[in-house]
Amino acid sequence: MHAPEMLLALILMVSLTFYALLGGADYGGGVWDLLSSGPRRQEQRELISHAITPVWEANHVWLILVVVLLFAGFPPAFAAMTTALNIPLTVLIVGIVMRGSSFIFRAYHTGDYRTERRWGLIFAIASTVTPICLGVVVGAISSGRVLVKDGVSVNGFLAPWLGTFPLMVGLFALSLFVFLAAVYLTIEAREPALQEDFRRKALVSGAIVAAMALGTFLAARTGAPDIYSGLLRPSLVWIVQGATASYAIAAFVALLTRNYKVARVAAMLQVGLILWGWGLSQYPFLLQREMTVSEAAAAPPVLWALIGATAAGLLVLFPSIWYLMQLFKANDEDIPLH
Amino acid sequence: MSDIFAARSQMAVSLAFHIVFAAIGVALPLMMVIAEGLWLWTHDAAYLCVAKRWAKGTAILFAIGAVSGTVLSFELGLLWPRFMGFAGAAIGMPFSLEGFAFFTEAIFLGIYLYGWKRVSPPIHLFAGAVVAVSGLASAMFVCLVNGWMNTPTGFRLVNGQLTDINVWRALRNTAGFPEAIHMILASYCAAGFATAGIHALLALRDRSNRFHQHAIAIALLVGGSAAVLQALSGDALARVTARNQPTKLAAMEGDFETRSGAPLRIGGLPDVHTRQTRYAIEIPDALSLLAFHSPQATVEGLDKTPQEDWPNVLVVHIAFQMMVGIGTLLICVTVIAARLAWKHGTLIESRRFLQLLVLCSPLGFVALESGWVVTEVGRQPWIIYHIMKTSEAVTTMPGLTTPLVLFTGLYLILAAIVIWLMSGHVIASPSEAEIRAIAGNEVALHARP
Ligand code: HDD
Ligand code: HEM
Ligand code: HEM
Repeated sequence: MHAPEMLLALILMVSLTFYALLGGADYGGGVWDLLSSGPRRQEQRELISHAITPVWEANHVWLILVVVLLFAGFPPAFAAMTTALNIPLTVLIVGIVMRGSSFIFRAYHTGDYRTERRWGLIFAIASTVTPICLGVVVGAISSGRVLVKDGVSVNGFLAPWLGTFPLMVGLFALSLFVFLAAVYLTIEAREPALQEDFRRKALVSGAIVAAMALGTFLAARTGAPDIYSGLLRPSLVWIVQGATASYAIAAFVALLTRNYKVARVAAMLQVGLILWGWGLSQYPFLLQREMTVSEAAAAPPVLWALIGATAAGLLVLFPSIWYLMQLFKANDEDIPLH
Repeated sequence: MSDIFAARSQMAVSLAFHIVFAAIGVALPLMMVIAEGLWLWTHDAAYLCVAKRWAKGTAILFAIGAVSGTVLSFELGLLWPRFMGFAGAAIGMPFSLEGFAFFTEAIFLGIYLYGWKRVSPPIHLFAGAVVAVSGLASAMFVCLVNGWMNTPTGFRLVNGQLTDINVWRALRNTAGFPEAIHMILASYCAAGFATAGIHALLALRDRSNRFHQHAIAIALLVGGSAAVLQALSGDALARVTARNQPTKLAAMEGDFETRSGAPLRIGGLPDVHTRQTRYAIEIPDALSLLAFHSPQATVEGLDKTPQEDWPNVLVVHIAFQMMVGIGTLLICVTVIAARLAWKHGTLIESRRFLQLLVLCSPLGFVALESGWVVTEVGRQPWIIYHIMKTSEAVTTMPGLTTPLVLFTGLYLILAAIVIWLMSGHVIASPSEAEIRAIAGNEVALHARP
């Protein structure tokens, strides 16, 4: 476990977890924008936008950190992924561009309702498509079909990712982000009526998450057989799965009893553990079946340098993030952003 | 269209697009901080108004910079997977450090843009300063990567693989820091003159407005000092090129022949068939003097390199002439501005001068883009100089014309929308009443117990 490649892989997992918990919820917010309904739909949209505006760019950087650490520490894995998964990754970056730009464009049209809605629609659609692509990429990595020899993708450019399992993982990722966003928004909302709206949405999406989890598991049987059999063998994975299930139930109960702060913590733990469960069942592979973490890793001096730099960076980063969250998320007072 | 040409064009389009927003992201925070500092110091509300207006522009431009930068970090793999597989470990360090610079930039920009009512004025100013410093740091780190592609160091090449990689030595490559300094100055220069030009356009219609007077003064202070320093830094960079990439220097100068006492050419059209650069003004011995500090020094021409390893000489030469020409012109404008400020104490009295500023407003960015064309096209056919050819780096994915068309279209649309939004919502003259109202809010807010 002291091997530097495992340490860097852990750092990668941590960054991915932060991206899912923070950036993921921003995508989920976009989906709720699309699905906003009822007499308070305008208020719902404003709440979502108010919650995302000051933090989404910072949250987004976690993804960039994942990408750079991946290509710095595990260059052949990055090369293989970007070759075999070229198409979903291209759709992913188009989604990222559309989401970010339409969100900021919309902010300049407050008052002009029709234009605002048009940007809002693009924002919401991009917020839906992007997480699906992220999930598809993760699913493809697990399915064992990302195989690149001498720069050529052995399975072509469609087969590595076009299948039931990667698509199921995509939908599963989307449902998780949507659920997280609803749970967070119950706390962001100040008015009881709005809070109730998002509580209902959180409960519904929580149920969908459970269904998606089951569906993904079943799809893994043919789509990612290694992962599937790994899940069935008694191991640390079981403990993680058990913990995930209990936090899922805890989040549900907390929502039912309107303990929103508890629900938030439980939902975060639930989503985080799902990711770590995935990481564990991948181990020791980075690209399932084709390339292990150690095979992909750069030389130890490079890895140690990256670990050192990341540690120093995190030392600056965590207090800054904490300060940002204190300013915009911990305050009970309703202070306008402009 | 061949796939490699499509890949190169897509890289060029994405970078040329991103760099505009990146340069603004480096320079505008500095200008905002200066304006806000002056507001806190002089209590002239117009300064606060300038800071807020620029902050509003930064909010749009930064978001586009962030998403287009994300596209780039994926594109490095999507277009050049073999380059990344080969060299990822060597260039990963500056990219990772850049990641942390992005974090501080994004976090403190959030605080700066949306925290006017949440933090005290000194902390707000501090947040702006952190944004300015992190923008500078991200520009530096990415130039260290580019420097490595030009002057790769910090490894041994064994059986066609990089081994014994020392990331810190790779980071401290010869071209990196000179490039970084030149790029940071270029950002100040380009964004400064662009901002000054826009405010000059508005000032022509509304000349008594203090708002524009202040904005132009700050923008020219930043842009003008950078323009002057740029000549020094460019000269230093050219000497790095002369030592490490003689073929590139020869292409920049349109020098086909190796000789001592090489002339400096101004203008001219290189012709690779006749191996001559015609219609240029030649200053005898000047290139030897500039590049090696001796009038009789020998400067390698293109004849030292086999022709199949030449970059596109015409493009490199013209781009270089454009950059240097614009650099010289902007220095002249800076001198005029300094004289006006010295003699009259104001920059917006003279209509002529304002018109000049308007004409100059796009030039900094033109120079910046041309400079990158010099660097990147001049490095061809190598992606890593003398180590890996661009053609060996490209992805095996077929049909690269499709993403090229997709991203070019997407970026054209985004550019049009950004320009339209900026002209509608950011570029406008505030009335004296508006200036007071903004300051009034601020004073009332912080007077609150
Ligand atoms: C506002 C923009 C701007 C201005 C006014 C100048 N430059 Fe520049 N130049 C750049 C913006 C730029 C750039 C876009 O930022 C480049 C591309 C790569 C780099 O690091 O900086 C560049 C590259 C670059 C190179 C390329 C070196 C290489 O790749 O090997 C040289 C030799 C110079 N510059 C020299 C000059 C000189 C002698 C100038 C005289 C005034 C000058 N530049 C003004
Ligand atoms: C010389 C060229 C470049 C310079 C000077 C530069 C500088 C910057 C700066 C200052 C930002 C902050 C965002 C903004 O202000 O709009 C930024 C954003 C970004 N850049 Fe670049 N960049 C350059 C090229 C690249 C390249 C080649 C890549 C990818 C490999 C890249 C990746 C990114 C990313 C991922 C972001 C988003 C950061 C965020 O979300 O805050 N940039 N760049
Ligand atoms: C932001 C300003 C930049 C601009 C406008 C720019 C422009 C270009 C152009 C025109 C090309 C195509 C060259 C050709 O095929 O003839 C290119 C290629 C490329 N550039 Fe840059 N570049 C910039 C900065 C950078 C930086 C900072 C990096 C590295 C971090 C970089 C990495 C690359 C790579 C990997 C290629 C493709 C391979 C190659 O053609 O050598 N560029 N860029």
